[in-house]
Parts: sequence; C-alpha cells; structure tokens
Amino acid sequence: MDNNIITLSKVSKVYGNQIKTQVLFDIDLNIKSNSFNGIIGASGSGKSTLLNIIGTLDQPTQGAVMIDGVRTDQMKKNALAKLRNETIGFIFQFHYLLPEFTAFENVLMPYYIKGQKIDKKMNARAHELMDLVGLSKVKNNLAGNMSGGQQQRTAIARSLINNPKLILADEPTGNLDSDTTEVVYDLLRDINKQFETTFIVITHDRRIAEKTDRIIEIKDGKIFNDFSRI
Amino acid sequence: MRLAFRIALRFLSSSKGQTVLIALGIAIGISVQIFIGSLIEGLQISLLDSTIGSSPHITISAAEKNDPVEDYLTLENKIDQQYSKVSFMTPSVSGGAFMKTNDKTQQILLRGFELDLADDIYKISDKLIDGSMMPSSDDEILLGISLAEEFDVTIGETIDILTATGEVYPAKVVGYFDLKVASINQSWIISPLAFSQNTLGLTTDQVTSLEIQIDSPFDADILATQMLGDNLSDQIRIDNWKDQNEQLLSGLSGQSTSSLMIQVFVVISVVLGIASVLAITVLQKSRQIGILKAMGINDKTSSLVFLFQGFILGILGGILGILFGLGLLVVFTKFALNPDGTPVVPIFINMKFIGLSGFIAVAASTLASIIPALKSRKLSPIEVIKNG
Repeated sequence: MDNNIITLSKVSKVYGNQIKTQVLFDIDLNIKSNSFNGIIGASGSGKSTLLNIIGTLDQPTQGAVMIDGVRTDQMKKNALAKLRNETIGFIFQFHYLLPEFTAFENVLMPYYIKGQKIDKKMNARAHELMDLVGLSKVKNNLAGNMSGGQQQRTAIARSLINNPKLILADEPTGNLDSDTTEVVYDLLRDINKQFETTFIVITHDRRIAEKTDRIIEIKDGKIFNDFSRI
Repeated sequence: MRLAFRIALRFLSSSKGQTVLIALGIAIGISVQIFIGSLIEGLQISLLDSTIGSSPHITISAAEKNDPVEDYLTLENKIDQQYSKVSFMTPSVSGGAFMKTNDKTQQILLRGFELDLADDIYKISDKLIDGSMMPSSDDEILLGISLAEEFDVTIGETIDILTATGEVYPAKVVGYFDLKVASINQSWIISPLAFSQNTLGLTTDQVTSLEIQIDSPFDADILATQMLGDNLSDQIRIDNWKDQNEQLLSGLSGQSTSSLMIQVFVVISVVLGIASVLAITVLQKSRQIGILKAMGINDKTSSLVFLFQGFILGILGGILGILFGLGLLVVFTKFALNPDGTPVVPIFINMKFIGLSGFIAVAASTLASIIPALKSRKLSPIEVIKNG
C-alpha cells in the first residue's frame, strides 16, 4: 500500500448542470511508484478525464484522490498549482509549448514557476535534458518554429525539469509518425528506468500499450480490464 | 513577480505590431491631454500677464472721491515694513488736463509716478518706442503713441499742459510709449511725480493713490482685506484687481473646468480602449495561460502578467505621448502665429503637469488591465486542455 503514488477511491465525474452526463463511475485505482502504466480505451470512454483528475487539472464530482500521500480533491487552487509544479510533469497530445519562448526557455519554465533562480547546475541540467531528447541543436529556436516531433520532445524535456515523481502523458505520440512514436516511447521508458519516474500514458496504439508494465482499459467510464506484468 | 514581468514582456515583444498600436493609442490620448492642458495654461498665463502683469494688484486711494491721500510717505513706510508680500509699490498722481500743440487742444489723463518705482509695475521702459528716453528731469514727459501720432508731436518738442483752472505748464516730450491698450495710448501722459503734483495742485506729500504689486496676484483680495483690518489709516480705501475683474476670473475658471473635462474624457476613452484591447489579448493568450497554470503558475502570477502588460504599455505610451504632446506644442508655436511672428498663444511648459500626464498614462493603462487580469485569474487550465 505504501508503494502507491496514486490512490483513487470511488471517483465519479459528472459534467453539466442541467443535462448531466456521467463520464466516470466509481473508479478505484492504485498506481505503484516507478511503474510505467498505459491507459487505453475508445474515444469518449473517459480516459482523458481520468488523467486530468489524477493531474489535479479537474476535480472529481465524488470520491477521493490521493497523490503522493496527499488528498487533492479538497485542496485550494494555489496549493494544487504548487503540487502540479513540483510533483507532476505533463505531456499533452498537442505539445502545448509557449510559442513566444525558445525551446530551452520552455524546458526551464516549470523551474521558473517554482520561483528559483537558474544557477549553473540547473542550466547544465536543462542542457542535459535537451541532449537526452536530441534537441541540442535547436534549443534556441522559438517553440512556434519547430516541427511537431521536436515540440513533443521539448515537452518531454520540460516535464522532467523539476524531477517530478509522476509524469502524465495524454497521447504524447498522437500526431507523430510511427518511427518518431517508437523513439519517443523508448525515450519515456529510458527516463522511467533512469530517474525512477512513474508514468501514466494514454494511448490509442495497442502495440505501444503492450510495452508498458500495466495496461488499464477504460470503457464507458469504468475500468474494463486491468492487466499488470509486474 | 519577475516571472510575470518576463512573460508580460515576452507576450508584448512577440506581437510587436499589436503592442505598437496599443502604445500609439495611449500616446495619442496623452499627447492630446498634454497639448490641451498646456495650451489652456499658456492662454491663461498670457491672459493674466497681459491683464494684471503690468498693472497694480492693490490700489490705495483716499476714502472720499477726488480727495488726495495725505502724507503718503508715512503710509508707504508702514506698508513697506508690515507686508512682506508687497513686491513693488509706487505713489501715483492722476488727473485730467489738456494738451495744447499749435492750434489743437486735447483732453488727456496726466499720470505722475516715481518713475523708477513705477517702472517695476508698468514696465514703461520696455514699452518705449525707439528713440525715446525715460524722463530725467521734472519737466520731461512721455506721450502715448496714438496721442503723439494724432497730434504729430516729435521727440524733443515742448508742449503745453493746461489745467482745468487755466494754468499752463510747459513740458518737454522725451519719448512715446505703447502700453498695448488703445484708450491708454490715446489719453495718457506720463510724467515724474513732482510735475503731476505741481500741475494738478497737490502738495509734495499728497498723491492720488499708492499702487502695489504683490508676489502672488491671486492673494490680492486676502492681502487687501488684511490691510483693511490693520486699519492703516481712516482716510483710505483699498481696492484689489480681483474684485474689479470678476468676469475675467469667472471666465478663467470656466476655461479651466472645460479644459479639465476634455482631459478627463480623453483619459476615459484611452482607458476604455486599452481595456478592450487587453481583454482581447487574454483570449489570444488563454492557451498560454492555461499551459502555465497546468505547469503550476498560481492565479496571482497569471493576473500579474496582464497587469504588467498594462504597466509596460502605459510607460511606452506615456513616453511616446509626452514626446508627441511636446511636438504638437512646438508645431503649434511655429505655425499658429500672429502677424508680427509671435505665437498666437505663448505655450507654457509645466513639467509638473507633464509628469502628471505621464503618471496618468501608466496608472490608466494599469487600471485598464485589471479586467483582463481578473479574467486571466479565473481561467481554468482544464478548459484549455479540453478545448485545445
């Protein structure tokens, strides 16, 4: 039990006030530290909502969410922001970089938000992460001027900068070609092993899902299948 | 704070065209405000200067009309010692007489002064026509320019001054003056005090009035009241320019109010303009704000981003506005000229007012960014993540 970084108990999510649409139904889910987890499911099954609730971007209508031993569904907005900044790294399907800043500045942004000064050590770390994702040559390009794959790899480096315990990725390779997809997944897997970071990755691609430690299949807002290799 | 400022600066520099457009909007508003404010101030200062700059602010005369002020030197001493606000004072003699040249006779107003003292008030020596000199002995006089032209009197000529009782006093004309008031130029003859006293039948310690200028002309009524209260003498009455120029004063205050109203409305329109443009930039940047919030930026910092944008735009617009405003004033003084080449309205540049305008630019655009800042604060990251 102590080994769990995430615990969801009876989590439900209902959207709308007048016309209510229930997206998640009493989800119970534990995620082990340092594990690499895949979430699969059809469009509209509720997997993104689940990920957003785990990432504290969205609140459950009912149920409790514990992240790293802290209950998040009752926390204030600013405390949640701090938790997101220090504990969680996000990789979104559409990259979501700040186009006004360079790739390098985008990578350092979570660290700026943490309110700390960039010292030599931090600078070196950012360079190291850019190397890791193979972007050393384009790090001073504005994010808006880079290719989709480069942007996605920048987003991966950014998610790692604050050394988070948990990385949430929503179809991180959704609009990349299959070769780049392989490269990105191998990269995530390496990071998982190297930094002992817990990953939860939403994917449509069963081949990718099969490379994970655990596959959770969501159907109609419920856990339909849960298969673990570890 | 630093992060918010950095993001604000980057947002502004990444959309340069838009930033320049907003800054220009602020600049034009502020330049109009500076132009109108300085124009009206210049107008009022020049109007006041021409009305009271070269005339007495307080006049002390005898309580009974046509009576002279007795023992004026004692009174003059008292005033000199008691009132530090008095900057210039001259005894003055004034009375009707006639001027006779060849076969023509003209009614004139004979004004006698201690000329060196009166010069501080009336600036007579500045207003002499070329070739004229100030009188150096008691029987030398100055003529109003229109009077001299009408009667064809030349400098150096001796004319006769006739009193009502028929006595004749010859005097030498040493110059003409132009006090820029037609009625004065047509009727005044200025002489040393002794000549006028003698001609108008006064003794050497009698004058018609004491004329006074003070440091701050707008305090004339207060000082006059104080002098009355101090009971300088039973035999005098004290007038001040403010009581005699009520219409001018109400005109000036009306002008100030309307100038202020125009400035206020210009600033309001600037504020509304900036607020609406900045509100649109929140929509433009909502994706970025959403990403930043997902990464853990707090609500305060996300609203500070827009407050700083307003602040920076205010500084840019303020500086540009001050430059434009000063430019407009310079152009105005170069092109709006009187026939003699002097500006229609001499512009008065008040650094305090310009500083205030700059401050208004910054304050107004920061104020205008409050609504966008609040919007940014309310923005939830999930809306951006869900809607792409």
